[in-house]
Amino acid sequence: MFQATELNLRNEKIQKRWRLLFLLMALLLILPVLIILILLVYRGGPVISWSFLFEFPTNGMTEGGIFPALLGTIFLVVVALIFSVPLGVAAAVYLSEYAPDNWLTRSINLAIINLAGVPSIVHALFGVGAFVLFFKFGTSILAASLTLGIMTLPVVIVATRESLQAVPHAFREACWALGATRWQTIRRIVLPNAVSGILTGIILEVSRTAGETAPIMFTGAAFFLPFLPESVYDQTMALSLHLFVISTQVPGVPEDLPFGVALVLIGIVLSMNALSIAFRVYLRNKKKW
Amino acid sequence: MPQAPSDAGPEAAPPQTPPVLEVENLSIRYGDVSALRDVSLTVREHEIFGIIGPANSGKTSFLKALNRMDLFEANMRVDGTIRFLGRDVRAWRNVYALRQHIGVVFPLPVGLPLSIYDNVALSPRLRGVKEKRELDVIVERCLTRAALWDEVKDRLDSLGSLLSGGQQQRLTIARALSQDPVLLVLDEFSIAVDPVTTMRIEDVLKELRKEITVIMVTNLVQQAHRLADRTAFFLSGDCVEIGETDDLFEGKVKDPRTHDYILGRFG
Repeated sequence: MFQATELNLRNEKIQKRWRLLFLLMALLLILPVLIILILLVYRGGPVISWSFLFEFPTNGMTEGGIFPALLGTIFLVVVALIFSVPLGVAAAVYLSEYAPDNWLTRSINLAIINLAGVPSIVHALFGVGAFVLFFKFGTSILAASLTLGIMTLPVVIVATRESLQAVPHAFREACWALGATRWQTIRRIVLPNAVSGILTGIILEVSRTAGETAPIMFTGAAFFLPFLPESVYDQTMALSLHLFVISTQVPGVPEDLPFGVALVLIGIVLSMNALSIAFRVYLRNKKKW
Repeated sequence: MPQAPSDAGPEAAPPQTPPVLEVENLSIRYGDVSALRDVSLTVREHEIFGIIGPANSGKTSFLKALNRMDLFEANMRVDGTIRFLGRDVRAWRNVYALRQHIGVVFPLPVGLPLSIYDNVALSPRLRGVKEKRELDVIVERCLTRAALWDEVKDRLDSLGSLLSGGQQQRLTIARALSQDPVLLVLDEFSIAVDPVTTMRIEDVLKELRKEITVIMVTNLVQQAHRLADRTAFFLSGDCVEIGETDDLFEGKVKDPRTHDYILGRFG
């Protein structure tokens, strides 16, 4: 009675084949990541040293270090964060906690989706038009960072909104019933419980910002500078652009040098991602409800 | 604030005390769906007013209208008048002051993700109480009144949201009491609570009646019988009957549906 029929057996065989196919596809995902990492470490690893990290490029960027580019990337990211985090978090708080469901809210949401979908080179042109020319910031860290900030705003807004909405609605209702205003509820209950998620979003934004090339190449990142920037109105070098430049624009660069730069860049991005994963684990362990 | 009659003992007959809440022709709609129709009732000081009725009879909507929680629901429309302490709830200077006078306990216990201490101290803090000593007194008093103090006094710093269901429900009662409310509103408080805790909370409510007024929505008919001075029976958005609880349970009813519901023939 419980004997498997011909059909049962055939179905099971088919099921196993599909499973295998899906597994292979999933495993395929690891492949590019592994190849990239292995290649970078293998070729770029020997290039990296203290002097590589902390010295200026010399001899037409074919020798020396990457210090101004490394510092420039950090500079760009920090200024972009200063601009985009307050703006993004505030907008997300409005959208999540205050906004009624009307045409204005819907158009803001639509704008965010569209902003996320704009190609980075278009952001670059917008940055040139708006910040470099119209606001007369010139090609500068300020202009480049603002461009990066606008480009990554959707990341901050979406991450913040999601983590705000992950706070159960019952908490808000209980707090309102105590006579708290919306703002008191946000400040005392909602934000403290969403803050780890917001930080995760910000870190993801950092890794995205650090890697972008197109938005900064017309707005503030320089081909080569023999000095460090002194203010946000100066130009700066940046790792991503530096990598592009020494890989394609400069003759006579030793073959392994770009791999070293790429390794540093990806190291920054991956360590930021690791930080965000660590935050998420920390958050899960501290889950308060 | 109503004048507390100085000689009113715990057993003072409800009809003599002044009204805390007067509801006239209250109707509530959610979009096209009518949730409550033409309800009029009066709740007097120091009474426990029970509201019984099956699901979807408009009990919770009624409670939401009292402290103007309808403001948070886009499609909820409230018609009619609700006078709390003699003033239309829509004419209160600000809704936050109104809500502070009405303590609410929800069906499912909501321990806010704060420490036990902070849960109870939240409302005083919102009112601007800053001094630690004053807060300590309030927290101890409210937790004691909610019959929770002995169980948690040694771990006031641990999270309120990690207490057991029954403890959390008493915590929410303590939190509601920390508002120093004139009116305490309980919405099916015993749904997620074990029978023993339910009895403890019921004892707490009997004590509280000496000081404040209680509206208790319940779908446990016997709970209304045990606690309420007067009881209203809601059925699919209509207030079928309001009467002295004892009368209702002795069968002195005007509407046969009330009788059937109380006897458990439907609902």
